[in-house]
Amino acid sequence: MYAQWIREGKLPVNSDWNKDLKIKFTVQDPCNMVRKSLGQSMADDLRFVAKSIVGEENFIDMVPSGINNYCCGGGGGALQAGYTDARRAYGKVKFNQIQATGANYVFAPCHNCHAQIEDIGHHYGGHYNVVHIWTMMCLSMGILGENERTYLGDDLKALGLGKEVQP
Amino acid sequence: MSLPIELNDMAPEFKETVKERVPGANFDLCLTCGTCTAGCPASEIFEMDPRKLLRMLVLGLDEEIRKTHWAWVCTMCARCVKACPMAVDIPRLVYNIRASWPREKRPKGILGSCDQHIRAGNAMGVPTEDFIWTVEDVAEEIRTHQPQFAGMQVTVDRKGAYMAINQNSREPVTEPDELGPLWKILHLVGADWTYPSVMWAGENYCLFLADDQGWRYILEEFVDHVDNTLKCPMVVNTE
Repeated sequence: MYAQWIREGKLPVNSDWNKDLKIKFTVQDPCNMVRKSLGQSMADDLRFVAKSIVGEENFIDMVPSGINNYCCGGGGGALQAGYTDARRAYGKVKFNQIQATGANYVFAPCHNCHAQIEDIGHHYGGHYNVVHIWTMMCLSMGILGENERTYLGDDLKALGLGKEVQP
Repeated sequence: MSLPIELNDMAPEFKETVKERVPGANFDLCLTCGTCTAGCPASEIFEMDPRKLLRMLVLGLDEEIRKTHWAWVCTMCARCVKACPMAVDIPRLVYNIRASWPREKRPKGILGSCDQHIRAGNAMGVPTEDFIWTVEDVAEEIRTHQPQFAGMQVTVDRKGAYMAINQNSREPVTEPDELGPLWKILHLVGADWTYPSVMWAGENYCLFLADDQGWRYILEEFVDHVDNTLKCPMVVNTE
């Protein structure tokens, strides 16, 4: 839906804020949303949205991705199942994939993926941040409030504060 | 010393049980090629992998397969079945292994979240009135402090709204400030939406628990409320 709204011109997102900063982003394809239900077209839309917000040149895909993506290891109840060591061993595959992109930020459009990717980042000593799409979308439109930046790193904590959007 | 496999002695009863529940699972078509295992991040954890699990099933190692904790490490991500040349449905096998555990022996975290959801409408067990209060409080804060959103509407149970939106309960409960950005996007595009108050949370841990009755109950209550009370033609589960 984000993709549709951007295409219809209803969301004035742009990536100008990242032209000079060149902060790199990648995206996690949630298994339930991509492989198990909506398919590759959903993965393509995710990338369209991500690139619209952060800039084509600042987006780096994981390999493999889309319908062939690896699960982060947080799904199916794993985050609540109590097998923490096993869950993190599973997540090592995802962690290595993210590290290989060199991205500073990972879009995780699924609550489970978000929590798991954060956890394996801390556990294995990664330096990336994990963000919702809505956070970066609002940031790119200059409408992200000061209290809505929990998941941003220091590089973006203050960016665009005080700007007003003209819808 | 290696022993020949005595085919006549094999009684894979568990396989037959699962086949009855998942007729298209193709367990007997496995070519043992290992494509599933090569692409599975859970391979080798607890000395188990999808191919081994399927061999155990087909050979009738019923007791061992029912005991394996690997069933709770596999996330049922379905990468194996999508890659499998014979479409052997390993995720549904894993689901049915989970379902074969006595309910009270299944992982406490998942069990607790499932029970909370059945009782309170969300896995965190938060009363509905607290959810509504949080939503209204955060919305008022945004309307007050972010003047360009002074007219932003956020509603619960608004009948006839086009979209019923459900969202993971950890967002309103543990990080309510994360609600705002989505609402602002919805406001900008002029979306006609509401939160349902019944089974308002987007998660469903009963599905992970392999509690058929539980996850169906949650869904049926939600669908009944959205269809018959609110009459929303569309349901959106958020990122």
